[in-house]
Amino acid sequence: MEVSERIAANKVMQKENIEEKQSRLKWAVMLISPIFLIILTLFLGRYSIPPSQVVQILGNKFLGLNFEPTWTSSAETVILQVRLPRAIMAALVGASLSMSGAAFQGMFQNPLVSPFILGVSAGASFGAAAGLVLELPALGVQALAFIFGIIAVGIAYFLARIYKSTPILMLVLSGMVVSTFFQALLSMVKFIADDEEKLPAITFWLMGSLGSIEVKDLAIAVTPISLSMIILYLLRWKLNVLSMGDREARSLGVNNELIKTIIILSTTLITSTVVAFSGIIGWVGQVIPHFCRMIVGPDHKVLIPATMLIGAAYLILIDNFCRLITANEIPIGILTSIVGAPVFAYLLRKTKGGWN
Amino acid sequence: MITKLKIENASFGYNEHGNVWENINIQVNQGECFFLLGPNGSGKTTLLNCINNSLPLNTGSIYINGKDVKTFSITELARTIGIVYQEHTAPFPYSSLEVVRMGRTPYLGMFESPSQRDTDLAYSIMEQLGIAHLANKSYTHISGGERQLVLIARTLCQEPEIILFDEPTSHLDFKNQALILETIKKLSENGMTIIMSSHFPNHVWKVGTHAALLGFNGMVVQGLVNDVMTEAHLTNTYGVDVKIYQANSGMNEKKFCEPNFI
Repeated sequence: MEVSERIAANKVMQKENIEEKQSRLKWAVMLISPIFLIILTLFLGRYSIPPSQVVQILGNKFLGLNFEPTWTSSAETVILQVRLPRAIMAALVGASLSMSGAAFQGMFQNPLVSPFILGVSAGASFGAAAGLVLELPALGVQALAFIFGIIAVGIAYFLARIYKSTPILMLVLSGMVVSTFFQALLSMVKFIADDEEKLPAITFWLMGSLGSIEVKDLAIAVTPISLSMIILYLLRWKLNVLSMGDREARSLGVNNELIKTIIILSTTLITSTVVAFSGIIGWVGQVIPHFCRMIVGPDHKVLIPATMLIGAAYLILIDNFCRLITANEIPIGILTSIVGAPVFAYLLRKTKGGWN
Repeated sequence: MITKLKIENASFGYNEHGNVWENINIQVNQGECFFLLGPNGSGKTTLLNCINNSLPLNTGSIYINGKDVKTFSITELARTIGIVYQEHTAPFPYSSLEVVRMGRTPYLGMFESPSQRDTDLAYSIMEQLGIAHLANKSYTHISGGERQLVLIARTLCQEPEIILFDEPTSHLDFKNQALILETIKKLSENGMTIIMSSHFPNHVWKVGTHAALLGFNGMVVQGLVNDVMTEAHLTNTYGVDVKIYQANSGMNEKKFCEPNFI
């Protein structure tokens, strides 16, 4: 090897070493931030509890320590039954919505797609509104939201199915049709709802909130959401192949219809569960994958885990602002849109149209 | 001589109002570079899609290695036949190496990602094609000719026995046409079976061993290049008067043709 070549090769290797170190640091930060934010959340809130007590409560509960309780039982309830499940739910919702968004953007070959594109939010909104008007208990409202979310996507999927395949364009269009239809039904329900109690309840529900999350909600939501997240995580490399287009994917030996169906099933399970428990939280599934692409690149093998971690951290952070900015909580859907839209606009400008 | 592809009495139509072509019989043996020529709408791409089992024949059969193509699984087919489509862009700026690596998909399980060995193979194929310098460049930022070479590398990563090309030089300038044709010729000389649709009859003399002319109503002339590529056949196929010229440039005698109008 020529001397000059050797020097050049050394330089390349040094550069790769630096890049590798940077990338390790990046992942370490991404991994730690959601955990750090969950713990931080436990210390923050309107009900003031001294940090030492928070540490002792957690120590007793999770590390089997035996501090003498110097705190009231309501302090323990606030930490363990309110703040902790809420922070974990925020992490779960942020992670799963962002992952669904990334998966859909890959599958639809378009970085502007949201996880709600097949009409799940419109369907779930109608279901929840109907539940509220019918004065169902909370679990009934959640169940109706979940069921109608799934029904909406089911209709969109079968409308899009032609010649044993589901072309992307057909999916987008049928998603629009289904969304419009269920939004009209939602308006109908709002129109007939009494405007003293039920209409405000519907309006409030639509804005999204994690305020009423309890341990039992978390216990129900965790299974479908994590199961779907595992499936999306396992399929992450196939998303690269799928994003090259149906024809290309098929010629590479991918059963694209099967994989598309699995992805739609997983994301729908995630979005309808999330919407059922927390209402409409927009602009997370679009913005986070876009943001992550700037940090780790477009390869879904690393993009999917990145969206999971950053999405979780992002939503915990936003939910803390919702809880703490004003005396009354701000619905989280409002804040994610207020933050998300400008950030998205900035990312669009910065990446000049976004994806190339 | 090993027969790689055999098309028997094949007909195809997109709807019930008649067929694109009828009763086609084509045989392609190992190592042949088989050109499909014909006017727009004569069904060249359609025929490639039928060979690839993306479209079902109305009548007749297509055999790959003596086995009916309909009995292949998607994975098995991708390990046997690679296809390079006309033009392709990706929505995301993957590195070219990542795109080449996608050629390993038919050897991976549903939830599997490529291993280091797959990556090494992809890189060495890029080296063989002389495009290793593109490995870290993004697929969306390279030229059309480079992109076509990356797609050829990806197809080679599939380790196929047959490669189909759908008008691989259609939108390329002279230099890039030469680059792609030289690559195809090398593959063919190394024993790869190649079937390629084209709008450039002149390319047939450069790299083809066999050719078929698809006319309207499914009329087909096929055989060795010099038997097929005559003025009468070309004029008949394209519906315009075609003249063949011969020229001596240096040591080689070259043939080329031109439509005779204006």
